[in-house]
Amino acid sequence: MKKYTYTEKKDTRSGFGAGLLEAGKKNPEVVALCADLVGSLKMDAFIKEFPERFFQIGIAEANMIGIAAGLTIGGKVPFTGTFANFSTGRVYDQIRQSVAYSDKNVKICASHAGLTLGEDGATHQILEDIGLMKMLPGMTVINTCDYNQTKAATIAIAEHHGPVYLRFGRPVIPVFTDPDQKFEIGKAWMVNEGTDVTIIATGHMVWKAIEAGEKLAELGIDAEIINIHTIKPLDEEAILKSVKKTGCVVTCEEHNKYGGLGESVARLLSTELPTPQEFVAVNDSFGESGTPDQLMTKYGLDSVNIVEAAQKVMKRAIKVTISE
Amino acid sequence: MKHKINELEDIAAQVRRDIVRMVHACQSGHPGGSLGCADFMTALYFEIMNHSTDFKMDGKGEDLFFLSNGHISPVFYSVLARSGYFEVSELATFRKLNSRLQGHPTTHEGLPGIRIASGSLGQGLSVAIGAAQAKKLNRDHSTVFVLLGDGELQEGQNWEAIMYAPHNKVDNLIASVDYNGQQIDGPTEKVLSLENLQAKFEAFGWHVINSDGNDMDAIVKALHHAKSLTGKGKPILNLMSTQMGYGVDFMMGSHKWHGVAPNDEQLTAALNQLSSTHKDY
Repeated sequence: MKKYTYTEKKDTRSGFGAGLLEAGKKNPEVVALCADLVGSLKMDAFIKEFPERFFQIGIAEANMIGIAAGLTIGGKVPFTGTFANFSTGRVYDQIRQSVAYSDKNVKICASHAGLTLGEDGATHQILEDIGLMKMLPGMTVINTCDYNQTKAATIAIAEHHGPVYLRFGRPVIPVFTDPDQKFEIGKAWMVNEGTDVTIIATGHMVWKAIEAGEKLAELGIDAEIINIHTIKPLDEEAILKSVKKTGCVVTCEEHNKYGGLGESVARLLSTELPTPQEFVAVNDSFGESGTPDQLMTKYGLDSVNIVEAAQKVMKRAIKVTISE
Repeated sequence: MKHKINELEDIAAQVRRDIVRMVHACQSGHPGGSLGCADFMTALYFEIMNHSTDFKMDGKGEDLFFLSNGHISPVFYSVLARSGYFEVSELATFRKLNSRLQGHPTTHEGLPGIRIASGSLGQGLSVAIGAAQAKKLNRDHSTVFVLLGDGELQEGQNWEAIMYAPHNKVDNLIASVDYNGQQIDGPTEKVLSLENLQAKFEAFGWHVINSDGNDMDAIVKALHHAKSLTGKGKPILNLMSTQMGYGVDFMMGSHKWHGVAPNDEQLTAALNQLSSTHKDY
């Protein structure tokens, strides 16, 4: 198991804030909109540097999506910022008609996704957003795993033409990816090469997958860990290549098991290479109040759950012997 | 003036013929609101707006128009075709399979003149505000127009946008309300009363003007006046009285023709009331 270490912990939303500032410096057409959550979205640095390119919308998310769509018509590259819940479910029809169907170059940037928002509870903890967004034709869906990856992804989506949903979170977590990485939309990141089981993880679950990989190594299990940061378009080649080798897969996400990364992987495998799969995801439930760690444990999203899922699925692995 | 009033009236008559013929040909669509807005749309595209029929999405240096109440697509398509965005013969494809003239306007099929999809109501004003603010950032001094249905104002997103525009001094924006008092289920006053729209918009900080949307001379003057009010710190609302179905006597003033197509007999009766001034497509 490749060794991953970290010297600091940061929130992914701060990576977004840093990336937004960088994207704004690179491209004068980049503008930002926020629905009364500037501090939570870490947009202060962008606003300070580019006050005339920032739009405070107030608590009016539907209007924010519409204004963003309109801004693209004049050649702007708008980044909207609010919590994941208010970025998706609340404004689904606005995104569907004014952004996705109209093919507008809007970047919908969503913080506080999933359970790790913590104490605010289920009204704010959306676990359905990946599903909502990936069903929209033409929408790119990205869920980043640490500060550096989020920063790199924010810069990358500014250079990509088309609607994007970028999902990140609130908690402070290890920073373990390369600070100078080039983020490639739709390209999986091989975290660890292995032969016994494929673990596919996205967002905050990537670090948990690394922890699980270390525990599995102690048990003599050689896990291949893949980070799928871009859920749509899915890096089908990377997934197929891995499961051909391992014959079994565990998908890990801080999302409902319905409609998330796991289902995207299952759809791919069922048509191309039927493979036993376990889902480490929320079991069709809303969240609740609690600390992020408590919630991840209660809803089965810890590294121990990944270890158990890996052991379970390996018993059903389809091992193909390739004959010369 | 680019055109005399009677020339604009002739164009509007032809637009009305296009509307009833399009809706008849596919036996679906929304003739009522389309007929009611034929004068306004003709005035806008043939007299008021500075625009190029060599369509570019960004419309830099041009006045832009957004249709929020997308169901009156027949009048939009007819005016776009008649002003030269695409061949008038294409109007025959309205609502048919593989057409660029979808039931509700969309950018998806690449029809020149359309900058946003609309149909799901309440979204156009926000989009127009965004386009207007982009113009300000681009130091582009042209104007953004948007048309809203009156029943559409029951959608809450409008009021988010109505609050936003004056606060942010979006004064390069002229919104018009098709104030015909009708919606699918009946008169707006019965379905969900709009109460005093002028007072409501004024309370939010808009500069409100009133106009008669079925009098070509009046609507041209009102829109010129509205344009003269841009750049003065407030968004402008043109509260435009119209009659649903205007120009076809049996369709006028009733919500019953909101979304119903005429049969063969009714088509003949309608066309007998509208002279063909610019040749049917």
